[in-house]
Amino acid sequence: MKEDIRIGVFVCHCGTNIGGFVDVPSVVEYSRTLPGVIYATGNLYTCAEDGLASIRDAIKEHHLNRVIVASCTPRTHAPLFQGVCEEAGLNKYLFTFVNIREHCSWVHMKEGPKATEKAKDLVRMGVARAQLLEPKEEARIDVEPKALVIGGGISGMVAATSIANHGFPVYLVEKEADFGGFVRNLNNLYLGGKDATEMLKPIVDQVTSNKNIIKCLKSKVAGVDGFIGNYQVALDVDGKEVKDKVGVIVLATGADEYVPEGLFGYDLYENVVTLTEFEILCKRKTLPKISSIAFIQCVGSRGHVKSYCSRICCNVAIKNALNIAENYQNILGKDERGAVVEKVGVDMKAPEEIAERRRRRRGRRDREGGEEEAEAPAPSEGIEIAIFNRDIMSYGLEHELNYNKAREKHVRFVRYSPANPPKVYTENGKLVVDYWHDTLKLQRKMNVDMIVLSTPLVSPPSAPGISKLLKVPLGQDGFFLEAHVKLRPVDFATDGIFVCGTAKGPADITECVFQAQAAASRAAIPLARGYVQAEALTAIVDADICTGCGTCIEVCPYGALRKNMDGVAEVIVAACKGCGCCGATCPEGAIDLSHYTDSQLLAEAKAALQEAIQ
Amino acid sequence: MNSFEPKIIGFLCNWCSYAGADLAGVSRFQYSPNIRVIRVMCSTRISPNLVLEVFKSGADGVIVGGCHIGDCHYMTGNYYTDKRMKLTKELVELAGIEPERLALEWISASEGEKFARVVTEFVDRIRHLGPIPTKNDQKLMKRLEAAAEASKLFRLRLLSGKELRLTGKGNVYGEMIEAEKMDEILDSAVNDEYDRSLILELTKNNALSVKELASEIGKSAEATLGHVATLRARNLLSICSIDGFTPRYKAIRLGGA
Repeated sequence: MKEDIRIGVFVCHCGTNIGGFVDVPSVVEYSRTLPGVIYATGNLYTCAEDGLASIRDAIKEHHLNRVIVASCTPRTHAPLFQGVCEEAGLNKYLFTFVNIREHCSWVHMKEGPKATEKAKDLVRMGVARAQLLEPKEEARIDVEPKALVIGGGISGMVAATSIANHGFPVYLVEKEADFGGFVRNLNNLYLGGKDATEMLKPIVDQVTSNKNIIKCLKSKVAGVDGFIGNYQVALDVDGKEVKDKVGVIVLATGADEYVPEGLFGYDLYENVVTLTEFEILCKRKTLPKISSIAFIQCVGSRGHVKSYCSRICCNVAIKNALNIAENYQNILGKDERGAVVEKVGVDMKAPEEIAERRRRRRGRRDREGGEEEAEAPAPSEGIEIAIFNRDIMSYGLEHELNYNKAREKHVRFVRYSPANPPKVYTENGKLVVDYWHDTLKLQRKMNVDMIVLSTPLVSPPSAPGISKLLKVPLGQDGFFLEAHVKLRPVDFATDGIFVCGTAKGPADITECVFQAQAAASRAAIPLARGYVQAEALTAIVDADICTGCGTCIEVCPYGALRKNMDGVAEVIVAACKGCGCCGATCPEGAIDLSHYTDSQLLAEAKAALQEAIQ
Repeated sequence: MNSFEPKIIGFLCNWCSYAGADLAGVSRFQYSPNIRVIRVMCSTRISPNLVLEVFKSGADGVIVGGCHIGDCHYMTGNYYTDKRMKLTKELVELAGIEPERLALEWISASEGEKFARVVTEFVDRIRHLGPIPTKNDQKLMKRLEAAAEASKLFRLRLLSGKELRLTGKGNVYGEMIEAEKMDEILDSAVNDEYDRSLILELTKNNALSVKELASEIGKSAEATLGHVATLRARNLLSICSIDGFTPRYKAIRLGGA
């Protein structure tokens, strides 16, 4: 039986905000003439307590089953009025908001009668929509109180520990044989100068001693299926398959260092190394004896190969320059012959022929340069240090002090323009940096023993695979893309999956820890609450019309559709966000969007067009 | 012409354009009062058919507002909006309506000023164009109906839904289709399906020969015959009578009668 529609319309004066420009009493009067409207009234402020009370009372007194408020914007006030409807026993999906302030009185202040006409039209549209509304129940979905953290670097470890300390079991998946990630390569850290291993150790210990953390080393995530609260995950733990259900996932897969193949003689000269390779040399105390060293900044970043600034390299270069100037003996190797380190990024290692070439060159130099090594390890004052940069970004509280300190230690900061970068070649067996000195307006040369290239952090080659597996997006630079850069920085748009650390872009350790703790606390919300409430704005599939072509599954950004046993599409209510893309795409027109159905939208449009605009 | 006040329907997405319109209000940017806004969650929800139905209902212009590309609240929604509105514009044009009557605008939540400007300019443009011609022209109305029918067809909806994937990732065999090639495919599909829908529309009540149909839809007899053959194969058109040697066709009504 068709339900008897009983609509109540509440038109707000909003003081003079609406009432000063729109003839509210005439809008109220007009509302009464519309089909299904049982009750209409004006309020000075509908959102004030007496306004809200008038809605509550009218619902009861007039047995209203639809409520329309014509006032400000649903973006701020819908939850308030919906709440009042629920208090009075009316399903919140039977509430309609009509915006006659932001979209009418405030923008047509000089056109009184026209604004009033528009307000009437808008109310008529609201009434047309209200007629077609249906009550909806919000689904309550239980959350499996377990988490999965992907990546056992600093971010992953911090996030896992934090969630585990809330009392929830956490799978911590790391592809290597040890926890620690990228930081294991590093020698010492800027800000405090603490040894990286020393910093890492307590964090690793916290992980290994935590009973709530299920430690999966040499492991990979093989499969993920499901939605918030109910992710079915398949892990490959050192060759064995582990399957379990988790409620939330934190992604902390980190970043790699960009390998500057073909840039600044990186693949030609062995003493041209990247920042990380330099860190490894220092860490192992295998730095060759040098009397001069050049750092070249922004190699491959800021429009060179990658568009972005890698954020950490200026300060790392300054830190390393200070290391040399202040702490040279500590990083100097006993082997004075020269540097050879295994390059980071096993997949991207220099091709064999280059390695061979390096070996040959090393042999030759060994034969030639036998006598030169008479001097004892020089004190650090003698070492010439230059940082070739586009600009130095020593942001924040402490970095600027380090920068000043470096200048005091006579570290030379030489600017270059991207149009005319320094050239690196050898002359008489010595490395030369040939650069344009912009202040002197002279082409200059600097003989150096070693060149350190500051290359950006880049998204690892595994990122696209993970992106596909979890159905979370990558940004244009290949890093994972958060839901909102400012307001939801560690959430993915997909509920129940979070991101932290360098997986989402270059960041230093402090920032990674911030993010990891933020992600962990966000992830703990559904775990602690035990359930999530799914908004009833979801796609609805008409199984009789659906042919199972699967186009909707392809276009859904949330993986919220799947084929059921009958081979037709089925909406996963918990995952659906209600954008409606599937509905507009479905070739059969079998999908509609609840609360924003085609017929509701069309009814609104038709109501708007029903009468001529004055 | 000054007395003509166009009726504009605006479909705005909740997260950007609608918020932009709110900001225009908060900032008191004044604009023409001719627009009636309908809020949707995402612009991707707007199907070509919905737009054409709105034109059929007498709108003089339609604005679809979404987030800037890359900023969509639903990640990829507005890419599809872009494709869909291109398709819709083609259909609108085929139906004999100026394609400028449909505008797709990317307006962010911070662009209140832009929203006000876009609406005022759009209203001026439509005012200049005059009332939508379908109002007093049965023939044009038929064409618009044909376009609306075409927009519901499996083939067009499938193609517009798959376009991103086919040009970006490739089909199930990993074959990529170049964007231009895809445009061509879509173009010819739109034209064909529109012609076919128009034939069905024209033969709804009258039995017409291929020759008559060809002159009505403005295509060669050969092309028209091709469409007629396709429609017969789809079981949508049948020979109603034969006039000497000339068969006359009539649309098959679904559900008998």
